[in-house]
Amino acid sequence: MEFLNSIFIAPFIDMGSAPDFLLQVVWEGFVSGVLYALIALGFVLIYKASGVFNFAQGIMVVFSALALVSIHKAGAPAWLAVILTLVIMALLAVTIERVVLRKLVNQHDAILLMATIGLTLVIKGVGELVFGGEPQSMITEELGIPTGSTVWEVFDGIVIFQHIDIAAAVIALLMVAGLGVFFSVTRIGRALRAVADDHQAALSVGISLNQIWAIVWFASGVVALVTGIMWGARSDVSFALEIIALKALAVLILGGFTSIPGAIVGGLIVGIGEKLFEVYWGPLFGGGVEAWFAYVLALIFLLFRPQGLFGERIIERV
Amino acid sequence: MFYREAGQFKTSYSADQALLPIKQDRIGLALILVTAFVLIPMFGTSFFLSSIMIPFLVFALAAVGLNILTGFAGQLSLGTGAFMGVGAYSCYKLTTYFPDVNIIILIMASGIFSALIGVVFGLPSLRIKGLYLAITTLAAQFFLEWCFNRIGWLYNDNPSGAIEVPQRLLFGVPITGPEAIPEVRYLVILTIVAVMTLLAANVLRGRIGRSWMMIRDMDIAAELMGIRPLRAKLSAFAFSSYYCGVAGALMVFCWIGSAEVETFDINHSFLILFMVIIGGLGSLTGCFMGAAFIWVLPVLIRSVPSALGIDMLAATTEHINNIVIGCLIIFFLIVEPHGLARLWQIGKEKLRNWPYPYAN
Amino acid sequence: MLGPRLRGDDSNERKICLNTINVPVYGTRCSNLEEQMSKTILSKALIPSLAAVVGLAAFAPIAQAEDTMYMPSMSYRTGPFAGGGTPFADGYADYFNMLNERDGGIGGVKIIVEECETGYNTQKGVECYEATKDKGALAYSPLSTGITLALIPKSSVDEIPVLSMGYGLSAAAQGEQFPWTFVYPTTYWNQMSSILKYIDSNGGIKGKKIGFIYLDVGYGKEPIPLLDSLSEKMGFEVAKFPVGGKEMQNQSAQWLNVRKERPDWMIMWGWGAMNPAAVKEAVRNRYPLDRFIGNWWAGSHNDLKAIGKTGKGYLAANFTGIGQEFGAVQDILKHVVEKGNSKVASADDVGNVLYNRGMFNAVVLAEAITVAQAMTGKTAITGADMRVGLENIKLDQARLKALGLENFTGDVIGDCADHEGAGSIFLQQWNGEDWERMTDLIEPMNDTVRPLLEEAAAEYVSDKPDFTSQRCR
Repeated sequence: MEFLNSIFIAPFIDMGSAPDFLLQVVWEGFVSGVLYALIALGFVLIYKASGVFNFAQGIMVVFSALALVSIHKAGAPAWLAVILTLVIMALLAVTIERVVLRKLVNQHDAILLMATIGLTLVIKGVGELVFGGEPQSMITEELGIPTGSTVWEVFDGIVIFQHIDIAAAVIALLMVAGLGVFFSVTRIGRALRAVADDHQAALSVGISLNQIWAIVWFASGVVALVTGIMWGARSDVSFALEIIALKALAVLILGGFTSIPGAIVGGLIVGIGEKLFEVYWGPLFGGGVEAWFAYVLALIFLLFRPQGLFGERIIERV
Repeated sequence: MFYREAGQFKTSYSADQALLPIKQDRIGLALILVTAFVLIPMFGTSFFLSSIMIPFLVFALAAVGLNILTGFAGQLSLGTGAFMGVGAYSCYKLTTYFPDVNIIILIMASGIFSALIGVVFGLPSLRIKGLYLAITTLAAQFFLEWCFNRIGWLYNDNPSGAIEVPQRLLFGVPITGPEAIPEVRYLVILTIVAVMTLLAANVLRGRIGRSWMMIRDMDIAAELMGIRPLRAKLSAFAFSSYYCGVAGALMVFCWIGSAEVETFDINHSFLILFMVIIGGLGSLTGCFMGAAFIWVLPVLIRSVPSALGIDMLAATTEHINNIVIGCLIIFFLIVEPHGLARLWQIGKEKLRNWPYPYAN
Repeated sequence: MLGPRLRGDDSNERKICLNTINVPVYGTRCSNLEEQMSKTILSKALIPSLAAVVGLAAFAPIAQAEDTMYMPSMSYRTGPFAGGGTPFADGYADYFNMLNERDGGIGGVKIIVEECETGYNTQKGVECYEATKDKGALAYSPLSTGITLALIPKSSVDEIPVLSMGYGLSAAAQGEQFPWTFVYPTTYWNQMSSILKYIDSNGGIKGKKIGFIYLDVGYGKEPIPLLDSLSEKMGFEVAKFPVGGKEMQNQSAQWLNVRKERPDWMIMWGWGAMNPAAVKEAVRNRYPLDRFIGNWWAGSHNDLKAIGKTGKGYLAANFTGIGQEFGAVQDILKHVVEKGNSKVASADDVGNVLYNRGMFNAVVLAEAITVAQAMTGKTAITGADMRVGLENIKLDQARLKALGLENFTGDVIGDCADHEGAGSIFLQQWNGEDWERMTDLIEPMNDTVRPLLEEAAAEYVSDKPDFTSQRCR
């Protein structure tokens, strides 16, 4: 009885007794959700256009952020560092397309997934070799990202909003909107959608697959850079960030592999859900439940709606 | 010319269905077994045995486990590390409760627990597959890792959260614990691995194994032909996890000697997956080749600079190691998606036709 | 759906033509004979050369002359904890190299330091151990509680001492049960008691709530038994906040819990990327930093440099001096760094908290070698001699002064039964730019901790009937 109480009743009483704190928890969850969503966005872009499940997205986040910081350290002003990093990401995209994707065209999904796992190792090795393994601090102020915080007094308590978190949310929204416009209005965007729909048909109307792939990898490189800047500003830029990217897989299951709004909604569900669960139910299990909550949620979700919330394709059911 | 079955006539069905129908294969295997059981323990240095051969065998066994699931039954899994962990922790618990029971029996029994957990996490495979299934196995990985950390009972409430292997004897000779000499540990592992590989080879060519391959190649056709997907998939998960569990128990008891949660983390799962990919999906010999490749190559890369007299930072070799392994994975996927095992097969084909470039 | 189709088992030698069900873009992919040819040539060339390298590596003769001593360095310059492992390894290697340059080694015998990368990974650590133990390794300092636990039973069999300096198994302070393991100058348990003592002397601890945020691995869990037992004795409440190894940079949930629990003091057992993230979160949640105390692995320059001014006030334990003004550090600068023989990124990094700690690790080992040489009369000593040297080490203030380490740390006096030494720590505070030593040495609560250590050591040995132990009296 007491056990049931501690699961089904006590947490809600907790929530009701300190609404300001509940708001804070939801806000923190929202912010992590936005960051998960950003990582998931990178996955979705590539999966949509090439059917490749890009396992290397996480390491691309670290790599781009480290490149940015290192170039700035080497003496370049922030704006130049951003441009140079974008050039590096573009080069990386072209290289990956040339060396890996082109050779593996039409291979099975799993083979492509494994190829990106190999890619992860290569990028990681190169990154550590060039930039070193030590954590770096993000050049937050130089990039003009706000760093202060605002306090909102509500329900006899306070909710603290970090400006950087607000900035992250705004940037994520802008990016989704921008990608939406890019996909529906521009020539390249429409070509991307055509490729996503049917490779062969797209080829037959004269769309260059290779070009599209390079572009899409570059686009997800840009997303990776933005994600890296935001995560880096919240904690540090180090290779430990890579593991957080795995959470985006759970986000993808919830949102669907091919849906950009799905990535955002899935990210928010995972972010808010895991913070609420950790804070209110975590102590029952001895804490640390955040580590698996997202995946178990995804697992349960899969049993009921395998294509995700916004997924286009009905995946093969058995 | 060197490898030709011409003149080897089969006069009975049992001869025709033998595991190794070609004489040269039998000789080759016998040579390998003699080398492994006699020559290596006699001439191998302690470092060679304990840091190259023992890990190689343990990983090969885990790779066999993963290959049963991924290569033969077609279910991609990223939770191998956690299933190995289940084996290791249950073996530890068993030996604390039954200190007098022979440790070999306990190691083999610990796989059963791992198999049960594997079946539970294999249940989603009845509804989903491919990448989606891979992500549910990630759930298994992280959830089990959390359990190893949080449930104090599993590690006897050791303050450091680690399991420490006690000394156990076999015929009066220590086979686990620090007193066990590498030769003995090596022979114990080798025997278990050899027996279990033989078992796997026979299961795979039997009814169960063929039902797995049917499910892999086309599940609907398999179902129409009377294979029950439920039974086939769950049995694949059970078998695979059993092998992983035994490998995990061997890893902790006969190799490292102590373990904490990090020993079974996600990177470990990836390591085994790499071995299976490089070795070749759907091939038992490939498991051994892959394990040798992935485990021995870094050891070599690490020793190359010092052997050449170049003063290189240990970390730099580690980075280069990552790059090389990553490139090799991509290289293999591009050039030969079926891994080293396929290369070996092509090599055998060439030997058969030598000195002519083409068959017939 | 994985794996090749048209394929039974290994002995099935049909040529494989991979014909997937997906609609092909460039036609089916079917390896032709030419391709196969080139592969075979490749494999023919590859295999013998690989075999040659294997032979080279496995049977390379171990070069060990009489006039050198071999000291392995288990380092990690890769992985999530590289930020802590790198300066430590630099300090460790530089001190030995300085001795080689300045004095021509120890007692005229040069020290060879060889690094082995563990990546904070237990398996790799054990591999490093196996690979180096036969080269005449004198002692191991694994810099990882996981690796230390794996090496403790092995070290007594191979007769090579393990010096886990201020980490690893706390119970190893009991020399009778753990003759081959040393934890100079103090253990996690003693450190925890010193920190609690500091809290007690700053407004009392009775009735207070102490938050304990820790890395959820063996290292972070180590002090929990002591914390629990002292909470009863001293009458305070404990709230624990585990941070998973994968959540190090994603601690917002833990700090929300901190806000919920409202502890009066926070103590952190963190390492690597966890530390700066925790301090940042504390700032974000407006937790007063002068009530937030890190242990000695959670208070280095690498952790706080990036945070800078916002981290002002954060406290951390330490047992080694900070800065370059010590004679030994100056000698390193002169003999090693300025000659370009150090791996440090810049000369400014010399004298950092973790650099100096790595150096002190080397100081203790070098002193043990000196003692062992004096006691055995040999110049090139063995692991067993090294153990005797470590056990009889006597680093008092006079000796420290002679070594150029005046006021660097408390006394480290070895004893057969006490493998921990005196065990005092001090607290340092981050002033926004640098660490400042804030307190004098704080003695641990030996009278409370010792019995607990004895109990823990007895328990460790209880299920290992054959564990090597020694009699001291």
